[in-house]
Amino acid sequence: MTVESEYSPDSDNIMSVSLGPQHPGAGHFRIKLWLDGDYVVKSEPDPGYVHRGEEKMGEYRNYIQNVPHLERPVILDSSNILFAYSLGVDELMNNRIPPRGQYMRVIMSEINRIISHMYFLAIQGYFMGHTTMITWCMGDRDFWIDLGERIGGARVTFAYIIPGGVRNDIPEFAIEKGLKTCDWFDKRMDEYEKIFFQNPMVHQRSDRIGVLSKSDAIALGATGTVARASGLSFDVRKDEPYSSYEDFEFRTPVLTQGDSWARAYVALLDMREAVKIIRQALKKLPPGPVRLKLGPQPRVPAGEVYVRTEAARGEMSYHIVSDGSPRPYRLKIGTPSFKNLRVLPYLLRGVHVADIPVIYWGINYWPVEADR
Amino acid sequence: MSKAKASPPPAAAPNPAPAPGPKPAAAPSPTPAPAPTAPPKPEPVRAKSFASQITSRFPEVKVEWMKERRLKVVTTPTRIREVGLFSRDTLGFDHISTVSGVDWIAKNELEVEYFVGSSTPGLEDFILAVSERVPRDNPVVPTLIDVWRGAEYHERETHEMFGINFQGHPNQSHILLPEDWNDLPPLRKDYVSPGR
Repeated sequence: MTVESEYSPDSDNIMSVSLGPQHPGAGHFRIKLWLDGDYVVKSEPDPGYVHRGEEKMGEYRNYIQNVPHLERPVILDSSNILFAYSLGVDELMNNRIPPRGQYMRVIMSEINRIISHMYFLAIQGYFMGHTTMITWCMGDRDFWIDLGERIGGARVTFAYIIPGGVRNDIPEFAIEKGLKTCDWFDKRMDEYEKIFFQNPMVHQRSDRIGVLSKSDAIALGATGTVARASGLSFDVRKDEPYSSYEDFEFRTPVLTQGDSWARAYVALLDMREAVKIIRQALKKLPPGPVRLKLGPQPRVPAGEVYVRTEAARGEMSYHIVSDGSPRPYRLKIGTPSFKNLRVLPYLLRGVHVADIPVIYWGINYWPVEADR
Repeated sequence: MSKAKASPPPAAAPNPAPAPGPKPAAAPSPTPAPAPTAPPKPEPVRAKSFASQITSRFPEVKVEWMKERRLKVVTTPTRIREVGLFSRDTLGFDHISTVSGVDWIAKNELEVEYFVGSSTPGLEDFILAVSERVPRDNPVVPTLIDVWRGAEYHERETHEMFGINFQGHPNQSHILLPEDWNDLPPLRKDYVSPGR
């Protein structure tokens, strides 16, 4: 652990420690800790090390130019951050997306959900001292990245979901490859359950660690995997189905323990549902075009929208204000990581220092996404 | 749970022509019985009922726009706490989604918007926007973190990005910007990005 520490002058036994921002696990993020021996007395998250002013940048570019830079905050989940943006612009422009385009948006969004959750589980395994999990997940994640590459052409930042539909159609061989990947991954997830989630060592490291009750999850504004592990059935895909999500059969996994184990297990259950959705969407992909022709500088009528989608980490929301000019007047990105950040200091009260990585990574926090 | 409510969204609100098409097709086919249980009223009615509940309690509140699943009301900094408490305790909007700000430089006003959702079953699809407007030269508003605790970091962000002072907020230090930032708040329209 990379720490720079100092003794607080006003108290003999409280030590203030800075965890990060250069810690390999924490990423570009710092937590200020006040410790009494091995126990955390108080903590204060300090985000902002990778703040790039995406919202200000959005005001200088037109609605199409905004596409590639808006996915930069969440390169792990790049389709889902663009999904909400595209829905917002579509709502402002009254675009009716062709059915095939809606299905392709769903497919890419769910592939990205798996890519993001695989990374999450890999690092969570690493933080729990479970080396098998990081090697397996990082390796298997590549098959999904391969599939995304066959559809979107890039490996990480696809820029695939755009206002008006998706950028290109799916090639025929990718449908076959996608169905094969789904079948293989279903079996693979059974192995994850056995080696990781039923592992007594993992249970020891995460059971009843960082418990978040349902009422606190509501009050603190938790979303996504954090909320669903605490008994809240928040899922925008079910609550307000967008982009043909009502056509697919899937469940919203909800656990009630609210501890770090549940927050990791919800991610696996999410992936099971994502595989179901991808398989259904690939099998009944409707024919037709995948996008509307919008032109390089579409005219967006004046108005105000608040749209949200279910990204891998939770509710991704956009508040877009248009004044009728080619550029957004205001572009607010509400990212799930930033919404869940308020939970972190709450969970860290009174825990051991050794439990900090498990709790921190358990809220599925991605610093770049929170900082924007 | 809101699977039953899934029938309105395909109508997609804006285009009136195809909207009546799917509805009669869906109504006679499999389930006429469960339909009255969940959506007996068309969606805008729900927004209207929330709007009328708020405006009957607070006559000075203005309804700016409403959609099937959205409602935006505009109030004043002096009443926003009561409107917030009313919408949380009586209407059930207990889950903060985001706090956003808008700089209306032509009107010399700053706007703060609280987007709140709900954990009440059946209401999870609805987002209420509670908004207030303040003059740009003296942007002081009360904090609402005692209403929605999760708004704390969102308000901190709005404070540093728009220079709005949330009175009663425990910590309004910089959260995303560098600690030594001493320029205009960057999301104000009169701040120009370097190189522009």
